[in-house]
Amino acid sequence: MYEILRKEVLAPTLTLFDIKAPLVAQKAQPGQFVILRVHDEGERIPLTIADFDREKCTITCVFQEVGKTTMELAKLNEGDSIKDFVGPLGVPSHIEKYGRVVCVGGGVGVAPVHPIARALKEAGNEVIGIIGARTKELLFWEDRMRNACTELRVTTDDGSYVRKGFVTDVLKEVIEEKGNIDLCVAIGPLPMMRAVCNMTKGYNLKTIVSLNSIMVDGTGMCGCCRVTVGGQTKFACVDGPEFDGHEVDFDEMARRAVIYKAQEQLAVDRYVSGSEHKCSCGCGGAH
Amino acid sequence: MAKSIIPKKHPMPAQDPAVRSKNFNEVALGYNEETVVAEANRCLQCKNEPCRQGCPVEVDIPAFIKLVAERDFAGAIKKIKEKNALPAICGRVCPQENQCEKYCTLGKKNEPVAIGRIERFCADWELANGVLPQEVAPPTGKKVAIVGSGPAGLTCAADLAKLGHKVTIFEALHVAGGVLMYGIPEFRLPKAVVQAEVENLKKLGVDIQVNAVVGKFATVDELMEEGGFDAVFIGTGAGLPYFMNIPGENACGVYSANEFLTRTNLMKAYLFPEYDTPIRVGKKVAVLGGGNVAMDAARTALRLGAEESWIVYRRSRNELPARREEVEHAEEEGVKFAFLTSPTRILYNDDYWVTGMECLRYELGEPDASGRRSPVPIQGSEFIIDVDTVVVAIGQGPNPLVPRTTKGLECNKKGNIVADLETGATSKPGVYAGGDIVTGAATVILAMGAGRTAAKSIHAYLSGK
Repeated sequence: MYEILRKEVLAPTLTLFDIKAPLVAQKAQPGQFVILRVHDEGERIPLTIADFDREKCTITCVFQEVGKTTMELAKLNEGDSIKDFVGPLGVPSHIEKYGRVVCVGGGVGVAPVHPIARALKEAGNEVIGIIGARTKELLFWEDRMRNACTELRVTTDDGSYVRKGFVTDVLKEVIEEKGNIDLCVAIGPLPMMRAVCNMTKGYNLKTIVSLNSIMVDGTGMCGCCRVTVGGQTKFACVDGPEFDGHEVDFDEMARRAVIYKAQEQLAVDRYVSGSEHKCSCGCGGAH
Repeated sequence: MAKSIIPKKHPMPAQDPAVRSKNFNEVALGYNEETVVAEANRCLQCKNEPCRQGCPVEVDIPAFIKLVAERDFAGAIKKIKEKNALPAICGRVCPQENQCEKYCTLGKKNEPVAIGRIERFCADWELANGVLPQEVAPPTGKKVAIVGSGPAGLTCAADLAKLGHKVTIFEALHVAGGVLMYGIPEFRLPKAVVQAEVENLKKLGVDIQVNAVVGKFATVDELMEEGGFDAVFIGTGAGLPYFMNIPGENACGVYSANEFLTRTNLMKAYLFPEYDTPIRVGKKVAVLGGGNVAMDAARTALRLGAEESWIVYRRSRNELPARREEVEHAEEEGVKFAFLTSPTRILYNDDYWVTGMECLRYELGEPDASGRRSPVPIQGSEFIIDVDTVVVAIGQGPNPLVPRTTKGLECNKKGNIVADLETGATSKPGVYAGGDIVTGAATVILAMGAGRTAAKSIHAYLSGK
């Protein structure tokens, strides 16, 4: 069991946990992820590592409530435990001195981009951070990102905080303003990463994205997370999760991301309506 | 005293095909006491014990069968366990027709003794009547790490623990058992049986760490240098699914057999939504391949509600690599076979869901390297089969996580660890390997044999240290 040492509700559907996991915390690197299972009947879901503390033996995860599992997770409190927690999985971010780097975090993607920005800055890069959210109350870690980056720009889709615009709008301004940029790292919802890549392609700006495919084992065993990158099939769990965004087939990713949409909806409906009853009539909770 | 020979094995009681193809309960129900004794009495107790040469772990077969004939079931299971750490599993999944039973004297003119069924009875008898304590040697003070808790790792761990070594198993998934848990279906190998065997191991003092991916939380080198392990056994199996590399293979509705079976077995997707992991099976499923994994997937598809489940195999019935019993069970349950057929591309609709599969017909040509007649495509024979789910079960390769992160560990071109088959020794001192990670995808019992071989070598290595 893996204890939740700290819980912070960042926004109504956005939660942060510091989870005690000594083995994972000793080895975690920016860009890697964990897979967790809330309870014995639970599914295995991947979450990208938002931070790690080797002394306190904790991993920080930030997640948005998008399905039954994340809704259940959000109900847990400090002192509660998660059944299974495995990692660090995936290939760490490649950190080196590139020169000038832009790190873009959209929505919940601010969390995983944070340790990468910090590592890039520590490696001697000038790091320009761009973070954005749909609206002010969903924006988090502005302070942490300000520390992790050389310079930080903030935007909201609806203009409720700092300015109105998408992260791509800000990115375009940064590119136009700064001229030479050596690398872009963009993490966030699929449409955001796709939009960033479409834009940076025009500037020939190499862009790394972190893909959150559906996974089961997370160790390369099942192939559920396969994505087409540069015309080749890759497993996001062991070959990624980071890839060259200009090579990723986002159309395919988007379609594979909704394979279980109907089942996910059913699970959420049962959970929310409380009809998750344990009857023996075989109805599966349908009545 | 001459015995009258009963020409056929006592039939294995089984669930009715029409019923069982709709449930996940075990198909083969097992002998009762009366039948097992009658079957044991078919054994001729040959002096030269031909059956034993067919057993990769050298179980003293005539001896345990004799004890069964005498109704000494406790004695029989003890005899089996001298050599086989996981009899409840082997009795169910070993390909006995190619092993012990192949060499049975009775089998020359009649059906061989049902050695596997007798073994299973003994193991189940023990599980039902309380497991007998096993002797463990005094502690040696040596520590051994076992990477992977499949059949090779479990066997190696059991043998080393009995010899007094402190054994820790590191398992990547959240339960121990490896392919026995994620791969082989509940209806063929109940997960409770696997867990009972794992519990037996714990009683021997074996420590099992789940959620521990070696190569990630620690490398093999770190286990030895910092973790204080004197030796390491790598039994990480064939955990890398192969795909056909044909167009459309990433469409929604195409699964690797590993994913299809892992969702169903390990994650219990057949109990969705009581369990949270979903699986989607359409009306018509095509399973590509002809091995045991393919049979498992095709039979699982029916149980998940598919109206039709097809095995699509590029050779003919005679070349099917699956156990005969699995093929028979699949057919009884209504699995259909498209032989001499192989897909060229998978068709899908605008939403990227599978709508069909274009195939080519094949004919058999000259024997290939495996000795089987090789399939040759018939040009221009393209045709389309209407399917909405495809499961790719054409084999698995070695998972590269451990080989890639272990310094000085020699691997072959396919990525398998190079290990001496006589000893399990790798190119790295103190590091041994066995099972599918060395041989490529094979059987549970061969992996167990390799685990046993490595345990002997590790014991010798540690004793000389």
